[in-house]
Amino acid sequence: MWKLMIELLAAGLGTAAFALLFSVPPAYYLRCGVIGGAGWLCYRLLLGLGTAPSIFFATVLVVFFSRYSAVKRRCPVTLFLIPGIFPLVPGAGIYWTAYSIVVSRLDQAAGRGFATIKSAVAIVLGILLVFELPQGLFRALVARLSRFSARGRAAGG
Amino acid sequence: MEERDNRQVLDLAALAGEILLESGAEIFRVEETIYRIAEAYGVDSAEAFVLSSGIFLTSEGAGRQTFARVRHIPLTGARLDRVNAVNQLSREVEQGMHTPEQALARLEAIRAMPRPPAWLQVLASGVGSGCFCLLFGGDWSDAWSAGIAGTALYLYLLFLLRGRLSKIATNITGGALVTLIAVLLYRVGLGHHLDMMTIGSIIPLVPGVAFTNAIRDIADEDYIAGAVRLLDVLLVTFCVAFGVGVVMVCYHHLSG
Repeated sequence: MWKLMIELLAAGLGTAAFALLFSVPPAYYLRCGVIGGAGWLCYRLLLGLGTAPSIFFATVLVVFFSRYSAVKRRCPVTLFLIPGIFPLVPGAGIYWTAYSIVVSRLDQAAGRGFATIKSAVAIVLGILLVFELPQGLFRALVARLSRFSARGRAAGG
Repeated sequence: MEERDNRQVLDLAALAGEILLESGAEIFRVEETIYRIAEAYGVDSAEAFVLSSGIFLTSEGAGRQTFARVRHIPLTGARLDRVNAVNQLSREVEQGMHTPEQALARLEAIRAMPRPPAWLQVLASGVGSGCFCLLFGGDWSDAWSAGIAGTALYLYLLFLLRGRLSKIATNITGGALVTLIAVLLYRVGLGHHLDMMTIGSIIPLVPGVAFTNAIRDIADEDYIAGAVRLLDVLLVTFCVAFGVGVVMVCYHHLSG
């Protein structure tokens, strides 16, 4: 549990750091960090289903959250999507595959390369799926949630 | 008169597209922005063909004259602040808030927007490397040394290279440099898992922007642009891995 908390923070902070490297406007660092952290948490919690399915569902969450944020803040979805998806990109898999090739362990390279491709395909499918959803859905969602939170604020104050 | 106007609008639309494309926007956004600006200023006959490395823009003038604009755009790093600013500007243009001259001045200003300060980028690279090292299963001391290697990587990229080497050479030497630093730190006892340290510190070189954009371009049926970006991803990945691999093999030979 403790370990999961630390990973959540690391994913959020790492995503925000990459948002800075990609010159995302500073006002969106926090939102990028939350999206990246949420994606990683989803991935870790669903890891029991296998790597590829959990990456798929985490990607779906990240893209959904990014499109929602883009509509809410009226800016391109790329701003949130690119940093947010970063923790899910199979960087370690790519590394292991290439490393196995360089040290001539081709048997390992094939297995690791296949696992990496499976993860990449899971990300691709996740992105494709959520971009098929109509923009109107996100507008309706933003409108409904902002009305809800406005009412909550009025009731609280 | 009208002819000159058309030409000016087309230049404006091409510049907007150019900034978007070199800053890491998707192809459909580039095309959409070009049409949006052209239509807002009354040029209906504009036709744009956008590749990942160039924009071809034509329009028919009043006297059946055809204007064409061809721009070559190199593949460079992401500047998502510019994508955001141009997107905002194109909405304002659509609402008729700017004359073409004003819009052109705004675009020049957007192009001159600075990156975050260099020390902050170096810090972010270190923090990012450390955090991702933790995520991939490294312990705290691995994360610290990945952070040091990631910091050194951006110092190398921003202060030593300053974009003077080709992309291929930059990635090979970058991968080799971080691995060398990771090996050194490992030898002096900072960090317990050499592989985790290396994975964390090469993360700033991983082409995540090109990967995500490649998928989205292919999904939008911009196959040529998507394929070029995918090729870019594969090439960069292979170069980084090659740099890492060379240092690793040397190290294993030396340490036996």
